[in-house]
Order: sequence, then structure tokens, then C-alpha cells
Amino acid sequence: MIRFLFKGLLRDKSRSLLPVIVVAVGVMMTVFLHAYLEGILNDSIEESARLSSGHVKITTLGYHENSSQRPNEYAVTAVDRLLEALKHDFPDLQWSERILFGGLLDAPDGEGYTRSQGNVAGAGIRLIGSDEEIERMDLRARLFAGRFPEHRGEVLISNELFKKMKLRLGDEVTLISSSMYGDMAMYNFTVCGTLHFGIAALDKGMVYADIEDVRNALYMDDAAGEILGFFPGNYDEKRALQLQEAFAPDGSGDEFSLVLTPMSKASGMDFLILYSRYAGFIIIFIFVFAMSIVLWNAGLLGGLRRYGEFGLRLAIGESKREAYGSLVGEAVLIGLVGSVAGTAIGLVFAYLMQEFGLNAGDMIKDSTLMLPTVFRAQITPMTYVIGFIPGVLSTVIGAMLAGIGIYKRQTAQLFKELT
Amino acid sequence: MKSIVEVQQLIKKFPVGNGFFTALNEVNLSFAEGEFAGLVGPSGSGKTTLLNIIGSLDVPSEGEVLVMGHPVGKLTAAQAALLRKQQLGFIFQSYNLLPVYTVYENVEFPLLLLDLPASERKQRVLETLEWVGLTDKVKSRPAALSGGECQRVAIARAMVKRPALVLADEPTANLDSENSHRILQTMLKLNEELKTSFVFATHDEKVISYLRRIIRLQDGKVVADELVNL
Ligand SMILES: Nc1ncnc2c1ncn2[C@@H]1O[C@H](COP(=O)(O)OP(=O)(O)OP(=O)(O)O)[C@@H](O)[C@H]1O
Ligand SMILES: [Mg+2]
Repeated sequence: MIRFLFKGLLRDKSRSLLPVIVVAVGVMMTVFLHAYLEGILNDSIEESARLSSGHVKITTLGYHENSSQRPNEYAVTAVDRLLEALKHDFPDLQWSERILFGGLLDAPDGEGYTRSQGNVAGAGIRLIGSDEEIERMDLRARLFAGRFPEHRGEVLISNELFKKMKLRLGDEVTLISSSMYGDMAMYNFTVCGTLHFGIAALDKGMVYADIEDVRNALYMDDAAGEILGFFPGNYDEKRALQLQEAFAPDGSGDEFSLVLTPMSKASGMDFLILYSRYAGFIIIFIFVFAMSIVLWNAGLLGGLRRYGEFGLRLAIGESKREAYGSLVGEAVLIGLVGSVAGTAIGLVFAYLMQEFGLNAGDMIKDSTLMLPTVFRAQITPMTYVIGFIPGVLSTVIGAMLAGIGIYKRQTAQLFKELT
Repeated sequence: MKSIVEVQQLIKKFPVGNGFFTALNEVNLSFAEGEFAGLVGPSGSGKTTLLNIIGSLDVPSEGEVLVMGHPVGKLTAAQAALLRKQQLGFIFQSYNLLPVYTVYENVEFPLLLLDLPASERKQRVLETLEWVGLTDKVKSRPAALSGGECQRVAIARAMVKRPALVLADEPTANLDSENSHRILQTMLKLNEELKTSFVFATHDEKVISYLRRIIRLQDGKVVADELVNL
């Protein structure tokens, strides 16, 4: 009997090949979209981690609570000793000290009068003597003109600000900011290069200087606003939460006590991580819904077309349960075959997208998000299975809905609908 | 002779609008083994309705129909399916062959439902196709057959399980005169040789000329029931 039904299924292309293709296409899109979204979200998360939040970030409690103001009066002190301890306690993590500051950049003319001025957000990072941060932040690709600082007192400026202030490479600029102790601080820099990020917030007015220069400028000897920690691989929420636990055992609550913040709890990041966590569910939901409608319709049409056949089979003596079962069984088979095929094709596309990526640098020139410029897919274990949910589920639901007609109608009625 | 169908005070009403339409009104009938009988009457007289209830495809509104002793109105869907599977054969106006299967497979289908072993299935299918004269078409699909041949396949499908009763609703409606006569001769032969009972629903004079018993229906009532003397 099974063989008989199977034979019929294979011979009737509108019942086998066609639905398999529909399912395969839908599953392929699901699989690819999942990998694609997973890739973009992950890249965005990693990009944000590298540029600003770290996978985890150590600050003082006071700094953490006012982090939008970059309150360097709450900077972490005795950083050298702290870094040594961190390297010892968490040898697989990488740690990077950074100072963020705000201020005014002043370009004097030959006589020392102000020629032009601009508001800046600055960052002191390790630029001289180590390539670690340059590589981490992918600054080489973002260097628009000039070179990286090689000597003390050299600074990188975002290209937009550079043009707005009508600067030339080699010009002297003065940073006017406030010191760690709240006094006004002035420091002279030489512009050695410009950067272009393609991220509006950074391009508007960003200054990158070597951290030692910034320490000199803001009287922050052996201090840093924040210390970023990076896992060897991608962000790992569980590990980050464990570190947070381990790091603040006493929780004394002093403003200068150190806290470790997982990136999921950094402001602006939480939504991204939450979104990525549920991206899979969102896609599944959308596709199960959309595909259910498509396949339900296909199943309904197929089922209606077959009411005559089912009427006949019932007349010959098949029970409604057997007939319904064979309809659903067929759907399971088609769903599985279509899902396997669709997953395979989707994975191939996802793999290509993972390996080669899609350069979207121009398309997102002025994004406000810290989106990476090359879109890459990322295949996760979920990518292999996610397609089966819409693939099998919607097909079966479609068939079940279509098959209800068989149950509800009097057998004699099934014939009338045929003629 | 043993009775195989007892129709007792059968009433069938269909819901129409807010009320009911009475398609069959207090019908009493009895069919014996080996009959070659026909329900005859104008369109809308209730022939198909009665045939469907006898075939357990539909249920009585009131009264009862006993088929091989089984009360059709009280059977569960599964019991009715079992009754059809084991005892009844159907032949329809529009042959209702499964288009993706060959002639052989269409005829084999009822035997698959009966779970017969392969060797017995094969022997029976070939034997039945011989009765209807289609041994040279076993591998053909229905689309490649003429209307008369299709209806002969449908007869073979109804006969292959050797049912006690075959119900045929306008079996000649789509056939020309020559094919109609061939079909009827085939069925008459099977009736005589195998003692299978046939009940037709028809208003075709050609069919009527072969009947041994004519039951006339009008507006859902039996108005005449006469045996034909040969
Ligand atoms: N499902 C239904 N719902 C409502 N009325 C129905 C239904 N089935 C049949 N009828 C009505 O019952 C009456 C008898 O129908 P039936 O099909 O038995 O007629 P018939 O004698 O077979 O006619 P024909 O020769 O045209 O096939 C008709 O008036 C028909 O309209
Ligand atoms: Mg009729």
C-alpha cells in the first residue's frame, strides 16, 4: 500500500516535484537569511566590541554610572599593576587600556591666534610601540591620508573634521580639555594622518592619540578611563557574566571600586545582543508564517484537486483516517525532502557569503550604527536545522488544513465536488 | 433467495435554506442475492441519493437500511469503510480512475486495501481484466483509453474483490450506444456467472432494457416495482 501511494506521488509531479521545489526554495531562503543575519549581527557586535565596548569593560563604579560623560575623574588608577594581575588571572583574554575624553580642538595661525576650532571626542589608545590596537580596530583600512603616529605628540583626526578645520598634514593643533582633576588642560599635537570610518558618530569629530600622550595631556599618569577585555573568540555572554560575578565579589559600592561590565549591559549594546539572540526565532516565525500560507494554499489546491480521488478511495473502502494519514504522510515526506535540498543549497550560498562576504562599504557610507563594511554570513549549528522547522511544519500544517475537508464532508459530497 | 439489502421506511432530508428538502420519502425495498435491478426515474427523483445510502456513502435521516445485515445508519465511519471495502463495488458515471496509475494498478487498488498477498492480487487482477476484455491494456494509463475502455476498467475495479453487491450510478451516461451495450453485456455476464448483485441508478433506456427488475422512483417515492419476464 505504501509502495502504491509512493508510486503515485512520484508520478504526479504536481504533487511531488512542485511542492518539493517550493519547500526547497523557502527553506533555502530561511537558511541563508539566518546565516546572513547571524553574520551581520555578530559582526556588528564584534565591531562594536573592538571599537568601543570590549567584550567586557573594567571601569570604576563612578565612571560606569556616568559613562556617557566620560568622567575621567573616576578613572581607574594603578593601571600597570591591574593589567599585570588581569593577565595573570585571565591569561586567555586580551586587555586594552583606553582613555576617552571630550574637548575642543584649536588650530592656530602663524601668530598663535585661532584659525579654526572644532568639538572633538577623543580616544587615547596604544598606537606607538604596538600594533595590537591598530589591528583590533582595523585602523590601517581606515587610514585615509598620512600615517600613524610614530613620535610623541602626533595625532590622527577624522577626515571630515580635518577638512572642516582646513588642516594640512603636519599642522599643529591644540587640544583644550579638562584634566583628571577637573582643571583645564591644554596640549599641543601634530596632525600626522586622517581616518575615515564610515560611521557618522566617529567621522564627525574624532581624535586618536597615543595613550601616553593623552595621559600627559590630562594628567592621568598610570590611569585609564576604561580597560577593555577581549575573549579569544566571539562574544560569549555566559563567560562575560561569570567574569562579572568573579570580578566584584565584595560589591562594596565605593565610587572608585572596580566593576566589570559585560558588553550586553553596556548602553546601546543591549538591544543588538538581544536582537541577535532572538534573530533565529524571528526568522523562523516569519517564515513559518509566510511559508505556511504559501504551502497551505498549495496544499489546499492540491487537496481540493484531489477530493475526487479521496472520494473514490473512501468509496472503495479506505477509511478516512487512512486517507488523511496518507495525505499528511505525503506532506512529511515532501517537507523532509524539500528541507534537505533547501538546507543544502542555502548552506552553499551561506558558505560563499561567509568566505567571501559582500562589500557594502559604499552602501552604508553614513550609517549611525557601527556596522562593518563587509557583510559576511555566519554558519552556526542552528543554520543546519532552522530550515526544517518551516520546511516540514508548514507543509504538514498546510496538508492538515486541506485534509480537514475530507473529514468534514460526507463521502457522497466529495464526488459532487468532482463533477 | 437470501436478502442482501433491506430498506425500511427510509427518509432522507437535505437541509436547504431554513428548511429541509425530502429527497427520499418512506422508501421500502428489499434486494436479494444475484439481482440485476435498476432504480429508474426522472432527474431529481432520488436515485443517486438512495444508491449512496445503500452504499454507506451517506446516512438515512429516518428509517434504516440493512446491508448484509449491517444497519448503515448506525455504523461508525470506520465500520462503514470496512463494509465498503469487503462487500461493495461502485461504478460511477465519470469513471473516476486514478490518472497516475496504470490500468493494472487501478484494478489492484481495492485488493491492496484488503491486504491480499501479491501473488493472489496478480492472479485476480489479470482474471478480472480478462472478464472485461482488457488484457492488452494492463500497462496503459487512463488518459490513453477510450471512454468505453475506462468504464470497463472501472467495472473491473468494482468486480476484482468479488463483492456481494455492485452499485452503478448512470454507468452508460458518457458512452455511445455500442459501448453501452458491451458494458451491459459484460455486467450481465458477471451477474450470471458470479451471482453478484447489481443495482443501477439510471434513466437510460438501453440500461433499462437489460434490467430484470425495475423500481420506479418519483419525487422520492417508489411508485412501481416490477420484475421483467424474459
Ligand atoms: N447534498 C444535497 N443537498 C441538498 N439537496 C440535495 C443534495 N443531494 C441531492 N439533493 C436533492 O435531492 C433530490 C434527489 O437528488 P438525486 O441526486 O438523488 O437525484 P437523481 O434521481 O439521482 O437525479 P439525476 O437523474 O439527475 O442524477 C434532488 O432534488 C437534489 O436536488
Ligand atoms: Mg443521479
